[in-house]
Amino acid sequence: MKLVKNGTAGTMESCDILVQVEKTDGKKVSVELDSSVMSLYGNKIREVILETVKECGVSGVKIVAVDKGALDCTIRARVKTALLRACESTEYGWNVK
Amino acid sequence: MKNDIGHEISPALAKKLGLQVHKKATVKDTATLAERLQKNGKLMDSLEDAIRAAGLKDGMTISFHHHFRDGDYVLNDVVKKISEMGYKDITVASSSLSNAHAPLVEYIKNGTVTALQSSGCRGKLADAISKCEVTLKQPVIFRSHGGRASAIANGSLHIDIAFLGVASCDALGNASGTNESGESMCGSLGYARVDARYADKVVLLTEKLAPYPNLPASIPATDVDYVVKVDAIGDSSKISSGATRYTKNPRDLMIAESAAKAIIASGYFKDGFSIQTGSGGAALAVTRFIEGEMSEKGITADFALGGITSQIVKLHEQGLVKKVLDVQGFDGEAARSIRDNPGHIEIDGNQYASPFNEGSAIHQLDVVILSALEIDTHFNVNVLTGSDGIIRGAIGGHPDTAECAALTVIVSPLIRGRIPCVVDKVGCLITEGSVCDMLVTDVGIAVNPRRPELADRLKAAGLTVKTIEQLRDEAYAVVGKPDDLKFGDKPVAVVTDPQGRALDVIYNVVQ
Amino acid sequence: MHEKQRLRRTMMFIPGNNPGMMRDAHIYGSDSLMFDLEDSVSMAEKDAARMLVYNALKTIDYGKTELVVRINPLDTPYGRADIEAMVCAGAHVLRMPKTETANDIIECEKVIAEMEKKHGIPVGTTLMMAAIEGALGVINAYAIATSSKRLIGIALGAEDFCANMKCQRTLSGAELQLARQTIVLAARAAGIDALDTVYSDVNNEEQLLYEARLIKDLGFDGKSVINPRQIAPVHSVFNPTEKDITKAKKIVAAIKEANAKGSGVISLNGKMVDKPVVLRAQRVIELAIVSGIITKEEVDAL
Repeated sequence: MKLVKNGTAGTMESCDILVQVEKTDGKKVSVELDSSVMSLYGNKIREVILETVKECGVSGVKIVAVDKGALDCTIRARVKTALLRACESTEYGWNVK
Repeated sequence: MKNDIGHEISPALAKKLGLQVHKKATVKDTATLAERLQKNGKLMDSLEDAIRAAGLKDGMTISFHHHFRDGDYVLNDVVKKISEMGYKDITVASSSLSNAHAPLVEYIKNGTVTALQSSGCRGKLADAISKCEVTLKQPVIFRSHGGRASAIANGSLHIDIAFLGVASCDALGNASGTNESGESMCGSLGYARVDARYADKVVLLTEKLAPYPNLPASIPATDVDYVVKVDAIGDSSKISSGATRYTKNPRDLMIAESAAKAIIASGYFKDGFSIQTGSGGAALAVTRFIEGEMSEKGITADFALGGITSQIVKLHEQGLVKKVLDVQGFDGEAARSIRDNPGHIEIDGNQYASPFNEGSAIHQLDVVILSALEIDTHFNVNVLTGSDGIIRGAIGGHPDTAECAALTVIVSPLIRGRIPCVVDKVGCLITEGSVCDMLVTDVGIAVNPRRPELADRLKAAGLTVKTIEQLRDEAYAVVGKPDDLKFGDKPVAVVTDPQGRALDVIYNVVQ
Repeated sequence: MHEKQRLRRTMMFIPGNNPGMMRDAHIYGSDSLMFDLEDSVSMAEKDAARMLVYNALKTIDYGKTELVVRINPLDTPYGRADIEAMVCAGAHVLRMPKTETANDIIECEKVIAEMEKKHGIPVGTTLMMAAIEGALGVINAYAIATSSKRLIGIALGAEDFCANMKCQRTLSGAELQLARQTIVLAARAAGIDALDTVYSDVNNEEQLLYEARLIKDLGFDGKSVINPRQIAPVHSVFNPTEKDITKAKKIVAAIKEANAKGSGVISLNGKMVDKPVVLRAQRVIELAIVSGIITKEEVDAL
């Protein structure tokens, strides 16, 4: 997938995460994270975000995320939605795995 | 020698008996009651006059009560005045500190306040302490309600001046937490009564002077030095907020219902039993779910203790609870009831929870239901610091009642947001696990292995009993195992047990 | 194929774009959970909700609860993607909103089958239910109820129905009487479940109980709920009484006795017990076990 614009998904509600995706020059993937559970799960959240970006095959992107205690499955959903929106793509990748 | 009136007294005899020799009476006051009340020496024109008259000095300890909880004005107003008057190095020993006390941050920064003692701390002030954004000359000392009352009584917490807001008070200091109009009532003044009795000087603040004699009084005039009228002492509508509100949250209600079933099956739910529900939505709501069973089976409680809610009052007025022993009101209905119901009785902090006297009410307690911020696999409970290590709660009567009740029930959701509440080790130890008999969560009940008979009774009643390790695993399965918290090396607070011994140390958090 | 016959006293509604409610909605004990991608999700968030529910269903262990997803109609830009995502996520039942004709179901079933084939899932795995939310749907209720083997039930959606009928919802429920009766009749004729609409005032338990009793008397299998606090009242209405259970226990014991003797005739107190009475007794026992009034062991010991 290729980024064509900035994308956003999620909310600032409790148990959700607001994910903003910005196109950057180069191949780097960077994550800027603020979380209500930073001390307990900051590393894990970062890992899940990076994993999801990798699965989508996207590079040259900056992810800004404000987390309010979202579970991993929510983080994956929000990151992927934001990326799909930024790529104007419908490659949802539904599977039964 | 002869005394002033001409009767013979042997100086040697008087000395031997430790008696002074009588002197002639000064001129008798012949003013009327109304005139005396106008000119009495206790009634001060302003807070500033009262502070001065009470003899405040740099380095002293002043105390407050938290019966208005988040609605308290007195602490902020007094500390502000003290700061304006230029005093420094004051220790504030409040029965608790809440979100309302954020302004203390400024008075710590400007050197007015240099030490704190409390049952708990929340909001901006707690954040600033945990993050070392303010510097105190020593770590905060946290005490339980029973621990504080007994520390004041035995002198280990010495109060120079107590500043106590009261809902009604006559010109001489007969004071109560209620009044006829119902305005600015906090109900019980249980914690404040200990301060009034033992502090060197006692200053009462009230909105409207009541006619003398304002009796029966929670605080008798003989314990009071000065009275000052102020515009407002607190917003009583904020007493019932946060941890004391009436919950409609379905998760809280489900936990409360399970806890009620567990209590009913525990063997302690018998005619003549005694019960206390601690703060927190689920704990307070347990009452609603045992009510039906009580009336159906004709079971009444001899007394309900503690922080009192409208739900307990309702049981009392229905005749299901014979006496209500009230150290602190949790809502307006409790305040009204303590004023109007003769069976609803105010008790002070020591009568409530002195650890050193078997006559205190906690020693007669069958069942207590208590909340937890976190609980570990050894049943140790934390109600003071959050999952991030920051202070955000209060010890309250948690360890006092947990230690003494025959059945101590801890209620907590398994998970809050993404925060697991059943963990390997609690961040801060408040109540040791050996006295916590069971944990009731939204996904099942864990019984302390020290109480196998309880587990058997619950299982026989068809309740879901799991091990506490199972509950922890279930929590971690949903939210993941959390990373260990990182703390700095500065102790910001010390937690004491009810007997006043150091129990745990809270260090500063590092980002 | 997922379980077609099961208890459906309550189906709790969960807005599809609200992760806070998804973590452990099953702990409140509703028989089914219904994740909504339709009316509770704005146009701009359809993709986000779909992705969220997809991830939740694939990750979160909802235990034995039946998992239903209300999808957007096929004539919207979201319907096909909803079906593909939810078939892959393993939703047990897809709920079709605003069903008007049998053809609506047949068209959806075609897409479901297509997606099952595409992803190597046995065709027929995903079940369906139809929500009837207008006058035409009520008139076609029997045709709808018999339009697919995948259907587990038909449900009434009262808000849309009333809008369509140009009437208001009332306390008595008079406006829904014919629709409810038509739906329950059609469902029974088709051998599937009949499920009632939501009652949306969470704080009025009395009216909720009234509606639950009414629809139980009409023959419905259960009711949709929008808040965990509504589950226990509805279950209390559908749960069997002590008298029902005592009678059912006797009949079940008689069945066992007949089986032990190798006899096809079940008799109790010298009288033969008819098939419908046996079926009813078995259903009462099943309900009593699920609602925790009696244990399975107790029944086994009869």
